[in-house]
Amino acid sequence: MATAVQRLRGTFLPLSFNSGLNVIGILVVLVALFASTQRVIEGGGTYFFQTLGFGLAQGAIFALVALGYTMVYGIIELINFAHGDVFTLGAFFSLAIITSPLGALIGLTPSSSGAGVILPLLGLFVVTMLFCALVNIAIERVAYRPLRHAPRLAPLITAIGMSALLEGIMNVWKGPYNLAYPDFLPENQIPLGGGATIAAKSVFVIVIAVVLMVVLTLFINRSKLGKAMRATAQDRDAAQLMGIDINRTISATFFIGAALAGAGGIIYGLYYNSVQAFDGFQYGLYAFTAAVFGGIGNIPGAAIGGFVIGIVFAMSDGYFTTKWTIPLIFAILIFVLVFRPTGLLGMRVPEK
Amino acid sequence: MALLEVERIDVFYGRVQALHGESLQVDQGEVVALIGSNGAGKTTTLRTISGLQHPARGTIKFNGKDITRSEPQDIVNMGICQSPEGRRLFARMTVLDNLRMGAYTRRNQAEIKQDMDRVFELFPRLKERLNQVAGTLSGGEQQMCAMGRALMAKPKLLMLDEPSLGLAPILVETIFQIVREINAQGTPVLLVEQNATKALEVAHRGYVLETGNIVQTGTGKELLASKEVQTAYLGM
Repeated sequence: MATAVQRLRGTFLPLSFNSGLNVIGILVVLVALFASTQRVIEGGGTYFFQTLGFGLAQGAIFALVALGYTMVYGIIELINFAHGDVFTLGAFFSLAIITSPLGALIGLTPSSSGAGVILPLLGLFVVTMLFCALVNIAIERVAYRPLRHAPRLAPLITAIGMSALLEGIMNVWKGPYNLAYPDFLPENQIPLGGGATIAAKSVFVIVIAVVLMVVLTLFINRSKLGKAMRATAQDRDAAQLMGIDINRTISATFFIGAALAGAGGIIYGLYYNSVQAFDGFQYGLYAFTAAVFGGIGNIPGAAIGGFVIGIVFAMSDGYFTTKWTIPLIFAILIFVLVFRPTGLLGMRVPEK
Repeated sequence: MALLEVERIDVFYGRVQALHGESLQVDQGEVVALIGSNGAGKTTTLRTISGLQHPARGTIKFNGKDITRSEPQDIVNMGICQSPEGRRLFARMTVLDNLRMGAYTRRNQAEIKQDMDRVFELFPRLKERLNQVAGTLSGGEQQMCAMGRALMAKPKLLMLDEPSLGLAPILVETIFQIVREINAQGTPVLLVEQNATKALEVAHRGYVLETGNIVQTGTGKELLASKEVQTAYLGM
């Protein structure tokens, strides 16, 4: 008990304003904010909203992927590095359906467009999410479950191996090329008033992501299985003592995480119209940064972190220079880990 | 036939042997106390009965059925539930959700409702704190919540691990009073305690555990009167 309290104190210590390190941290944030504010004002409103819309859409995809990272971390304290590749798998699998006779059967071909694609697209989401979920359950079953009582480094290394394996499979399947992903979404801009607009595409992406997140939140907080998942994450032994089958709750976590990542994969394809076998690695790292930013293990935190990282991404691309965007994102990762390892909404429950 | 029969179990943590051929039993309607000093194996005994740990040798039978190798969720399903050492509540969930998790294996909503009312009768305090997050309860309230949660499984055998640990003396009285009440309502209790005096006062029978061995057994009164127990555990 004492050690738990100490651990808790240890993680919150960086919050105090006493140490010089924190002063430096706050200064860096202020300077960055000041510099960006200036550029934003110079850029004008229309450009700002365009960039923001792009950032929110990007952030929605990060958020969907980050949720899987954070949920899996929450329940078995594993950074599932294969998660980013399950996301790519979602894009690949859905693309394979669209380009196969099966796609034509449900009314989706690479040249489809218009309102007629809405229903088939929904079907595509369901099938792809299900596929990714089942793959992820299999991954947990063969690669992580046998190592559940092993030192924590072991499953972590396995996760990296799993990531390489998935990338390898996709590479062999479609080759190391940028694959064209069909463009089903409308290209028009929706006016927001005052000359500002947002792309219809961005709205679609954000709406889908938000709907999925709302469903997830309801499931986690209201359903019996959702509560059992939270209970397992909070205290695995106690959960077992209440009769909760933790293998089932852990599988459910991998299932849901991968379903969200799979949806993210389709959205990614639809938004950028291009996908490549190794995309998931880097995207996974962005999403991981988002999860850490929000507080790893914290579900609302991952959603917020995703949107924040997405906006930072877009703003950096739009107002500074694209080649510094990636270093900036990972600087944020390091920054958060140094100054606030519990993230924005890290767990804070006192132990008695 | 005894309700719970633990027969000569050996339990290991890695290479360290925690229990050496421990045997004990609990009969219908009893309160049985398991006392012993720190590290004697009391918690290990309960963890093993609950299936979190499996014995290398020996058997555990419940209602005549062998549960030695059963999984924890099956054991809860059969009717053994415990309130673990250190309470182990789901700290970020409300009191209500903690209680509901206790009833996780049950389906009949009407019965669950009934048992929840019974828990509120035993612990009126929990009703006031229903929507409070469990991690913010006081130590005594957390203990009540943990016991209530275990009762929500409607156990045929309730195991309590150190229910009085870290509580103010007045609360300790209350907790033991409630153990009596739970037992009076028909639930057998296996009680693990460091507070040997109180535990033996409540218990029909008791076992003294020393470094993984049962070294003494008898009725609560006999043990309270025993010289060895008095010097070793009652501080007389």
